Amino acid sequence: MSLSVTLTVNRVQHRVLLDDPRVTLLDLLRERLQLTGTKKGCDRGQCGACTILLNGRRVNACLALALSHDGAEILTIEGLADGAALHPVQAAFIAHDAFQCGFCTPGQIMSAIGLISEGQAGSDAERVREGMSGNLCRCGAYRGITEAVVAATRSMTKEKAA
Amino acid sequence: MNRFEYLRPQSVAEAVAAAAVPGSAFLAAGTNLLDLMKIGVARPQRLIDLKDLPDLDIIEQLPDGAVRIGAQLRNAELAHDPDFRQRFPIVAEALLSGASAQLRNVATVGGNLIQRTRCAYFQDPASACNRRAPGSGCDARGGDTRQHAVLGWSEDCIATHPSDFCVPLAALGAMVEIEGPAGRREVALTDFHLLPGNTPERETALGQGELVTALRLPPAAAGFARHARYVKLRERTSFAFAVVSAAAALRIVDGRIQEARLALGGVAARPWRAEEAEASLRGATPGAEAFHRAAALALEGARPSGDNEFKIELARRIALRALTLAAAGTPDRLPALPASPFAPLPGGLHV
Amino acid sequence: MSETQRIRHGSSIGQPITRRDGPLKVTGQARFAADNHPQGLLHAVLATSSIARGRVTFLDEAAARAHPGVVQVMLPGNRPALAQHPDDKSAPFSFNMDLLQDDRVRYAGQPIAVVIAETLEAATEGAALLAPRYAAEPVEVTLDATSSYVPEAIGVGGPAELRHGDAEAGLQGAAHRIEAVYETPQQFHNAMEPHAVVAAWDGDRLSLDMPTQGFALTQMRLAGLFGIPVENIVIRSPFIGGGFGSKLLAGPQVLGILAARLVGRPVKLVLTRAQMYGPVTHRAPTRQRLRLGAAPDGALLALHHHARTATSRFDDFIEPAANASHTLYAAPAIVTTTDAVRLDTGTPGFMRAPGEASGSLALECAIDEMAEACGMDPLAFRLRNYAEVEPISGKPFSSKALRECYAEGAARFGWEGRKLAPRQMRDADGLLLGWGMGTATFPALMFQAEARAVLRRDGSGLMEAGTHEMGQGAWTAFAQIAAESLGLDLERLELRAGRSDLPNAGIAGGSAHTATAGSAMQAAGEAAIARLTELAVTDPRSPLFGAGNIGVVPRGGRLVRWDDPSRGEDYAEILARAGLEQVEGRGSAAPDPAAAERYAMHSHGAVFAEVKVDPDLGQVRVTRLVGAFAAGRIINPRLVQSQYQGGMIWGLSFALQEGAVMDPRSGRVMNADLAGYHVPVNADIPSVEAILVEEEDRHVNALGVKGVGEIGITGTAGAIANAVWHATGARVRQFPITPEAILRAMAAQPG
Repeated sequence: MSLSVTLTVNRVQHRVLLDDPRVTLLDLLRERLQLTGTKKGCDRGQCGACTILLNGRRVNACLALALSHDGAEILTIEGLADGAALHPVQAAFIAHDAFQCGFCTPGQIMSAIGLISEGQAGSDAERVREGMSGNLCRCGAYRGITEAVVAATRSMTKEKAA
Repeated sequence: MNRFEYLRPQSVAEAVAAAAVPGSAFLAAGTNLLDLMKIGVARPQRLIDLKDLPDLDIIEQLPDGAVRIGAQLRNAELAHDPDFRQRFPIVAEALLSGASAQLRNVATVGGNLIQRTRCAYFQDPASACNRRAPGSGCDARGGDTRQHAVLGWSEDCIATHPSDFCVPLAALGAMVEIEGPAGRREVALTDFHLLPGNTPERETALGQGELVTALRLPPAAAGFARHARYVKLRERTSFAFAVVSAAAALRIVDGRIQEARLALGGVAARPWRAEEAEASLRGATPGAEAFHRAAALALEGARPSGDNEFKIELARRIALRALTLAAAGTPDRLPALPASPFAPLPGGLHV
Repeated sequence: MSETQRIRHGSSIGQPITRRDGPLKVTGQARFAADNHPQGLLHAVLATSSIARGRVTFLDEAAARAHPGVVQVMLPGNRPALAQHPDDKSAPFSFNMDLLQDDRVRYAGQPIAVVIAETLEAATEGAALLAPRYAAEPVEVTLDATSSYVPEAIGVGGPAELRHGDAEAGLQGAAHRIEAVYETPQQFHNAMEPHAVVAAWDGDRLSLDMPTQGFALTQMRLAGLFGIPVENIVIRSPFIGGGFGSKLLAGPQVLGILAARLVGRPVKLVLTRAQMYGPVTHRAPTRQRLRLGAAPDGALLALHHHARTATSRFDDFIEPAANASHTLYAAPAIVTTTDAVRLDTGTPGFMRAPGEASGSLALECAIDEMAEACGMDPLAFRLRNYAEVEPISGKPFSSKALRECYAEGAARFGWEGRKLAPRQMRDADGLLLGWGMGTATFPALMFQAEARAVLRRDGSGLMEAGTHEMGQGAWTAFAQIAAESLGLDLERLELRAGRSDLPNAGIAGGSAHTATAGSAMQAAGEAAIARLTELAVTDPRSPLFGAGNIGVVPRGGRLVRWDDPSRGEDYAEILARAGLEQVEGRGSAAPDPAAAERYAMHSHGAVFAEVKVDPDLGQVRVTRLVGAFAAGRIINPRLVQSQYQGGMIWGLSFALQEGAVMDPRSGRVMNADLAGYHVPVNADIPSVEAILVEEEDRHVNALGVKGVGEIGITGTAGAIANAVWHATGARVRQFPITPEAILRAMAAQPG
């Protein structure tokens, strides 16, 4: 068995030789690909700071074994903006002051994008709150986060503002 | 985390053969296993990744009316499957009240069944724990026991099973399909998780090398969709394990309960099905009197395993709540806060 | 309305501009300490103690060393020498540290070894393989511990006992008396960013990427420990992933610096989440007894606030909880006393609103209980006892718009018409509904800071100060202050901050960073403008020649005559003609002892909470939180609202969720993660709102700015506890309030 994985991260293919089977997707991104936008807050799936999109789904990168995801497509916070043009969720986070220290923010944004594409919450604030509850924010920017996600959902789905 | 050998079998047979070697562990999503490996509670020598096993992530409608759910199906996929959630809203509600969206997107049906207890002493390798290290003792006794059992516990272990999903499954009489070295077999979910007795290290009915391949909801599980609710008491509004929870499902015909199902979570080492309570409801008129009686029966024999006597009364009350909500009717759409007391209630039930 | 009035012409101060570092933070480019990877980097992982008291008798060093990838195991025997013992207290704020000085264990979670490896995976497993054995000794970890004592000082040096008037006499003569005991648990900061360092030595020069709320304090401590000059230490901390007081002083990252010294390569050390429950300080538990007496009309006659708290067995930090009673309510007799026990825990420290958070929770509950005893509305009762001067000192307040806070908050919340008796309201679903309130307060502090301002020939400006960004919006607010002081548009202002090799801007703590460093920046900017003005008004070729007596003001990159703004000159022209590349100004700020002598200086606020309580299950949800706060001049209302909201969410957490579960036998925290130690999630916050109440303060500092970072937690925790009472009739005095405690208290009610 060769310890190598091929991952497409932010539309770029990486073949990573692993000297160790224990590497998680999070540590692979951060320590081996130096994509440090994805954060480690707890390393145990309890805070959401490491949320990425794995084959289009939001997941905690800390609890995913890299070897197990050979061939996967990964989108991280670094892959969202198109040059200087921010993703609508990124722009909404700034407009609604949806963060303070910024440490949980990449995970919040990736989670929000996952939530929006899941389509279960729409622009119902209570469903957004529930759907974003896997992302802790110790600074307490929750109101801004909810407002930003609702606004981005509306702008992305061209839904009419209520 | 220790180094391990990593295998990726291509068939169930291969996986089962690989797991015959002691020290092996099956890896599904890893949301529980990798976590336990990180904190040193699990140290498997071989990980057998189930990712490539074919056809274990589908929902099948069987000819006899049963529904088979592949063990590798992700929690979110099951909960959001339109047909499934319409037929088994109580299961969807329980699933969506557990963990976070990120975890539900990867955690599997099979993994949910075999997740380990959240007992803080089990999770702390420095504490004595008969479940983790047989014969070492139980530091939970005399420790912090808010999360611990009030039913079915033993002097050797007072841990609880943390699953939400398994609670309605127990109520609905789900069957667990297992493949192992000796072939295929199945056990009822209510027999799948073992009470601790004096062998708390034996947590499930699985033998060495046995793999959960599917879960089956028998034909008799159908027909509760209109009156089925899961309710969960938590210490924060979301992303928390249950202090206690209850799943109640009723089949009401002509104003009478034709059949009732009731199970409790957070109270024992297994999801606790309350069959006597169910029996007491058969033929009864849905209402406070019958529900109070059933809820009391559900907790018969309960006793505190520490400073947790309050859980007995709480469990009784949550059983009562679940029954009451079930009788009031399953909402057309799952509430924004699944299983929460703060989801809107039909008809102001507390008054 | 009032917001627009604050916006002055040509100034960004008072405007709700969005965060300047927003684009970096939403794209993942904001670089936190652990995001750095210098060449040759090794990973270090701490091994920590699972006993709380005793000695380490064995570590399987061989097993750790044999693990592939492990480079070194640092133990007391091979740890590089320090110039100073970690328990040496020669510099201010030198808390005792555990830096592998010996085999003693003083608390659970104490570092006992460091494993350094080529990969994080190898270092992590190496630390696990050490499998320590101990000689454990019995521990004491609760407030019931045997040996209490009266500390010499509490907080940062206040007296343990303060007496104003005769409280016993006041209590004796009171028509209404209450006495109640409130308990608060040990709490942990749990910033989302775990403590981290990337350390690299070059001879005796030390380069650090490390989050810190205090460059100079940390540098001083490190300089002492390593015996090197302060200027040899460069710390970069452009972004702090939350600090809340836990990153003020040099922390366990010193072990990463030692590891780098030992292996001669750069080392990254990041604490695990579990390790955030040991060596990074915490909020000490308290048990507070309040005794209040009131006259028949509700006038407070006496207030005695006693706080029992805890410190470690090896150092002193005494949570000044009782101090909350010094300032809020007028009473002829106020007595505050404190005692403490020594426990086998780490040393507590500064955690968001240290003292005020715990103390105001107890005080606000007691005030509510007294209002009930007097049959008065809680707001009316607070107004009845409104302090026109600071009760304990008799000093006037430098400003105090608390009445306006009460009024605006109550109006917005809809407090009027609240029923006095509890358990009178239900929502449409039958859930119990309750309204409660609390008063918020936090001292307006000033520390010391310096700044350097530069105006450049290209018409741009630069402000330099070693300030700290940990979520307050420092880069934005400071840029606004700096641009204003230099008369520049924001886009023309470069802010250099977040590094130790800049003018010492003090600490980000005590809610005083904006006030302190901002005042220094203002002074520096004014000095640069003064220098430029001098160039212009003394130069016959300048249109401003001779305008010195009339006055010249900076505006949009120009100096203009005060009496005729159409006559002026661009900065660039002035500098070009003078043949200068730039002019520079330096400024500093410090507390004004004369002002402190004359005035009591505090921020104030009023918080109103609505809770729903499930009457059968006891689960609580805070459905509305409205806070109205007055804190002097507001630099950026958008940022300040976020600070208030965050503080209020901490208050919610304090009231209902947070608390370490300590096993009294082992002394270990049994919920040392984020699944068992609950902090609020998004679904816990359906509605939170902060109102900025106008307030002008001419005394606190040149900017008129008071602190906003900590006050939100005060008032809120009490408001929620009081709302739970109002919903249920059950008074729970042990925090966090649990469902079973509510049900127990409800069951104990008569009737």
